[in-house]
Amino acid sequence: MSFHAKMDYAPAKFHKSERKLAEQGEAFTYTPENQARFDEVVKRYPPDRRKSAILDALYLAQQQEGFVSRAGMRLVAQQIGCTPAEVEDVVTFYTMFYTKPVGTYVLNVCRTLSCALRGAERVTEELSAKLGIHPGETDATNTFTLMEVECLGACDRAPVVMVNDGWHECLSPERAGQFIDDLRARGDVSLTGCHLKVESKK
Amino acid sequence: MEKVEKVAYEPVLIQHVRQPNSYTLDFYQKHARGYEALRKAVTTMQPGEVTEVVKASGLRGRGGAGFPTGMKWQFVLKDTPKPKYICCNADESEPGTFKDHVLMERNPHLLIEGCAIACYAIGSKVAYIYIRGEFFHVQQHLEDAIAEAYKAGYLGKNILGSGFDCDVYVHRGAGAYEAGEETALIESLEGKRAQPRIKPPFPAVAGLYNAPTAVNNVETLCNVPLIVDRGAEWYASLGPEKNGGPKLYCVSGQVKRPGVYEASMHTTLRELIYGERFAGGMMDERPLKAVIPGGSSVPLLLAEQLDTPASFDSIQKAGSLLGSAGIIVLNDTVCMVWLAMNLLYFYRHESCGKCTPCREGTDWLLKLLTRLEMGEGQPKDLDLLFGVSNNIVGKTLCAFGDAAATPVLTTMKLFRAEYEAHVREGRCTLPAAWRAKQPMLARHH
Repeated sequence: MSFHAKMDYAPAKFHKSERKLAEQGEAFTYTPENQARFDEVVKRYPPDRRKSAILDALYLAQQQEGFVSRAGMRLVAQQIGCTPAEVEDVVTFYTMFYTKPVGTYVLNVCRTLSCALRGAERVTEELSAKLGIHPGETDATNTFTLMEVECLGACDRAPVVMVNDGWHECLSPERAGQFIDDLRARGDVSLTGCHLKVESKK
Repeated sequence: MEKVEKVAYEPVLIQHVRQPNSYTLDFYQKHARGYEALRKAVTTMQPGEVTEVVKASGLRGRGGAGFPTGMKWQFVLKDTPKPKYICCNADESEPGTFKDHVLMERNPHLLIEGCAIACYAIGSKVAYIYIRGEFFHVQQHLEDAIAEAYKAGYLGKNILGSGFDCDVYVHRGAGAYEAGEETALIESLEGKRAQPRIKPPFPAVAGLYNAPTAVNNVETLCNVPLIVDRGAEWYASLGPEKNGGPKLYCVSGQVKRPGVYEASMHTTLRELIYGERFAGGMMDERPLKAVIPGGSSVPLLLAEQLDTPASFDSIQKAGSLLGSAGIIVLNDTVCMVWLAMNLLYFYRHESCGKCTPCREGTDWLLKLLTRLEMGEGQPKDLDLLFGVSNNIVGKTLCAFGDAAATPVLTTMKLFRAEYEAHVREGRCTLPAAWRAKQPMLARHH
């Protein structure tokens, strides 16, 4: 029975039992190296505060699977000693965890003020045109995912693009297409990295 | 009046960062009296004395609020059976701020020494460095440096034979601006969402794991070894009264040489933007329209206020805040409505969602600003913007709400004519050439 004549709250359509839970997926376990790494990290916190290691546990799961799956969340819950709901609570809050599969390279273009003043929006546009995808999407070959992110903390070398865990600084819109070609050809090596490291080598 | 203060300033925090291997223990000990301050503190001073020295130096927190560090440490409960903690706030996320990045990547031992001394001062055995997830390359340097320090006996059990134990751990965040707020940082460190807590109790009483905790910024802790080594008087003499010590300024935006510059707090904004030693003037010699002096959360200053010294007190007197010293320079091609829209996009995205005024308000502000910028604004929108902003300010648990409303309130106050022109002309009043840099606008007009 609808309270509002124009709104169709048809029971069959929105009945609770219709709620679809995500696929449970195959059971997931850490590789022995990742398990050892987790056991090492968890020692940093008091024994009754294992939950502090949750971000590290999720990073390990994401590193292994490419994203954080339901099964990954269940494993983390089991390792930490909390419920899967608590893990999902954390996963959905932080921007660096992906709940869906992403490409080999995740291009995070900073869009906040200092980068925007130097044309970050044009960079996104160029990348978008080159790859044929909109921000938030992955290309057909599963190689690139394009994202817009908030301030990365390298405003002096704007515009900045974070590629997985690496950085590429001062990416002008004109060079954006070349940047994709370089990544395709040579992978991570083509990133400029952080300028401090580069300059101090001179 | 300025003449007296023009004594050449010797950088003490980042003087070596461009040299090869500046991040190694070897280099730190050879060139920067590495770990001498820690030795002095643990072998010749009582914990209370360390706090006293820091208090006497007048060191003020470099993270944004400028709260005296010595006082913060004194507030940490002494008589408690619980362990105490130092949390180093390395979640450098304020737009326009990138100073801690340099310190951690190129001078990590200074921070580690600072953490150890801070632990000694408040009677803690553990320091957690909460680093933002995006700084993965920095984290690796930091962890290498910590391993070196353990090996050399500057961390771990019985440091330098004094019986003082101290562990320093790096904790990686995962992308949340809000984790820079101290209680949100603690929540995140406990493995929860980074959302602020109700205060009081303050972290000094019940912080991490409900135990007394001091949360300090990276730059603040990096100042501590210098104070202990060279004395409170030397430190205070570096800057104006109550604004002593070295300060890192992050200059970005439309200037010739954006970057991190170290100076005393006598230095004026004009020097930092136009000085040869600093940012070297405006890009393409365009006139300066406004300056954000302390990260995106603070009010704007105008071109005629550039002679203000960039110190906590002077900037506050001028009507803004030094904040995290992230100086964003804007030239005449920047539309102020666009600026507010860009920043509100940031705040809407980063609002943690705990308090309704901030969660809902930032969304509405962004909607209104987008409408204005796209030329579909109505005259009543200006009052509405003002109303929504004022319903966020002071009505949230942490300072995020105030910070989010600031870009709107400050641009409306200083550049109201621009807002009115947007409504009147039904379009953004930017020069056409500049519009091309922002495709969304170019498409729309």
